[in-house]
Amino acid sequence: MITRRSFLHTGAAGAAFLAGARAAHADTPGVTDTEIKIGQTMPYSGPASAYGVIGRVEAAYFKMINEQGGVNGRKINFISLDDAYSPPKTVEQVRKLVEDEKVAFLFNTLGTAPNLAIRQYLNDNKVPQLFVATGAAVFADPEHFPWTIGFNPNYQTEARIYAKHILATKPDGKIAVLFQNDGFGKDYLTGLKDVLGADKAAMIVKEASYETSEPTVDSQIVTLQGSGADILIIAATPKFAAQAIRKSFDLGWNATRYVSNVSYSIGAVLKPAGLEKSKGLITGSYGKDVTDAKFKDDPGVLEWKAFSDKYLTPKEYIDLNASYGYGAAQTMVQVLKQCGADLSRDNVLKQAASLKALQLPMLLDGIVLNTSPTNYSPIRQLQLAQFDGESWKLFGDIITG
Amino acid sequence: MTGTAPRTLLTLALFAAALAFPFLASGYHIYQGAQVLILAIALIGLNLLTGYNGQISLGHGAFFAIGGYGAAILTVKLGVPYFLAIPLASLVCFGAGFLFGFPALRFGGLYLALATFALAVATPQILAYKGFDAVTGGSSGVTLIKPRAPFGLPLSADQWLYLVCLACAAILYFAARNLVTSRIGRALVALRDQPIAAETMGVDAALYKTTCFGVSALYAGVAGGLSALAVGFVSPESFGLSLSLSFLVGIVVGGLASLGGMLFGALFIEFVPNLADQLSVTFGESAKALPGAIYGVLLILAMAIMPGGVAGALRSALRWASKTK
Repeated sequence: MITRRSFLHTGAAGAAFLAGARAAHADTPGVTDTEIKIGQTMPYSGPASAYGVIGRVEAAYFKMINEQGGVNGRKINFISLDDAYSPPKTVEQVRKLVEDEKVAFLFNTLGTAPNLAIRQYLNDNKVPQLFVATGAAVFADPEHFPWTIGFNPNYQTEARIYAKHILATKPDGKIAVLFQNDGFGKDYLTGLKDVLGADKAAMIVKEASYETSEPTVDSQIVTLQGSGADILIIAATPKFAAQAIRKSFDLGWNATRYVSNVSYSIGAVLKPAGLEKSKGLITGSYGKDVTDAKFKDDPGVLEWKAFSDKYLTPKEYIDLNASYGYGAAQTMVQVLKQCGADLSRDNVLKQAASLKALQLPMLLDGIVLNTSPTNYSPIRQLQLAQFDGESWKLFGDIITG
Repeated sequence: MTGTAPRTLLTLALFAAALAFPFLASGYHIYQGAQVLILAIALIGLNLLTGYNGQISLGHGAFFAIGGYGAAILTVKLGVPYFLAIPLASLVCFGAGFLFGFPALRFGGLYLALATFALAVATPQILAYKGFDAVTGGSSGVTLIKPRAPFGLPLSADQWLYLVCLACAAILYFAARNLVTSRIGRALVALRDQPIAAETMGVDAALYKTTCFGVSALYAGVAGGLSALAVGFVSPESFGLSLSLSFLVGIVVGGLASLGGMLFGALFIEFVPNLADQLSVTFGESAKALPGAIYGVLLILAMAIMPGGVAGALRSALRWASKTK
């Protein structure tokens, strides 16, 4: 183990190329001359099964790559198992993948709790846990968990960007926050308060939370309006965001409204809420929503359309989770390309932590992925956008949170 | 039953096989084995309540969760050693089950099922409640440290934990068997089949039913605590509604009012979802959404072939064997 690692650190790429093919096999699980095995857990059944589409799209993308000859001559053998979003099941399936299937590494395993459940095990065994599918900020912690790398822009980053925008445009504003009572919603509060700091914390005049089991958030919106706030931050998932947008409009509340990026879909959120009622909303965006007419002729969207026409259904084409999986799979392929002939776990991790300005077709122009040994959050940039009743109009510069 | 001797032999053979298992299998299979034993403990507890006493519970995941969080909080936040934390956590479960038994007295049949269902729905939310964050870790849960084998025994953490689970399962199985064959057991069954006659005979229905609820919750608590140790992590998502429902599936597939059958019930709920996932792959990529449906079909098949559960089928087989002798 030690000899191989020091060899990697000191050895030149050329030497690795020659020796790698044979020597690497002894201790590169999941890799043969013709194949690399990648593992994943995904909630194909259970309460979070709507996310299962991510795994299906990734499998389809790898299939396409294999049809084109694979990466550096190796086919991708992608094993994606159902964990029903239950952490005990995730642990079982991941151990199966690592110990029985002997996968090279884990990719885009979904969910905050499932990923937390396997993080210690994977780090203890030095198995890369790459690009986890959650926005929780805890997964970008190279100091304590060097084998775990995030992917999504994290929620704290996004909230910080909103807070900075508020301080720049409405420094005397009064802020009301609606948030989902879980890690996602609380990350928003943390991010906001980070930027406001102790002296401006009083700008938040009212917070109201909701549970995902509640039928509506109407009463929370009424309470928030009663506080006299003139800024409303909606840190909510799609269904509740739509309700909050509609209710705040119907009450005649003339506040500047920010809506979390997870709920920016025109098709899934703003149409149900009412396009007229959604006018003036502000969000931080990084991806392209195919239901937004301005991306009709965008080259990246056309590429996605061509792919989804061949491998997916029309419903999946407009699904933001599906285009998310597309981007994640492309990132994975990029890492494999960078690895060259050396697919040892050390090198896979090293390459995953050295993405340089990677562009993806479904990300807004100018937003790129960067990682380094000290930066495990690949997507850190957002651009603010305002809804004009038809589509999102980007404004200002790309902001790094 | 004429087959007492073959039954005892069968039990001993199974126990011997279970004891040898961790020394023959690899780490991941030992982990699965421990999961099966943990589930079997929870199923025995639920079967005492539902199979023997006729009280339907759709909420045993809640007691499993209390046991799991109890063990996690005691070991991680309070530094209690795990071999004390599990009994302590399960005593808390006994208390919770006993207390829940009182309102349960007023509900019969399906109404009790609904009341316990509410318990299962509420538990993950209460665990995620922000007021308890300091203790429960909120939605991020609590990470536990896996116990290592004591006295420098040459066992891996997986093997040791499996043996702990096996010891717990064996003790709790024999305790349950003694309970159901005793006067108390007969009283529980009588309360299920002929409540009025049982009370006329002097059986204290309130006391027996609430105590049965408490004992059943205690079993779930032990299982939950062991599960927390084996998984090394608890979070609200670990104890969702589907867990409670899978317990019910387990006791029916294993065989109502059977204790040995619970091992098979546990095997079913541990492995059949995996099997469904694997089968779904054979239908092509787009069928990846199907494991739930395949699981349903397998469940219906199991019940059609073995209406009395695995225990019922085994009983018929033994009877048939002794007749043809």
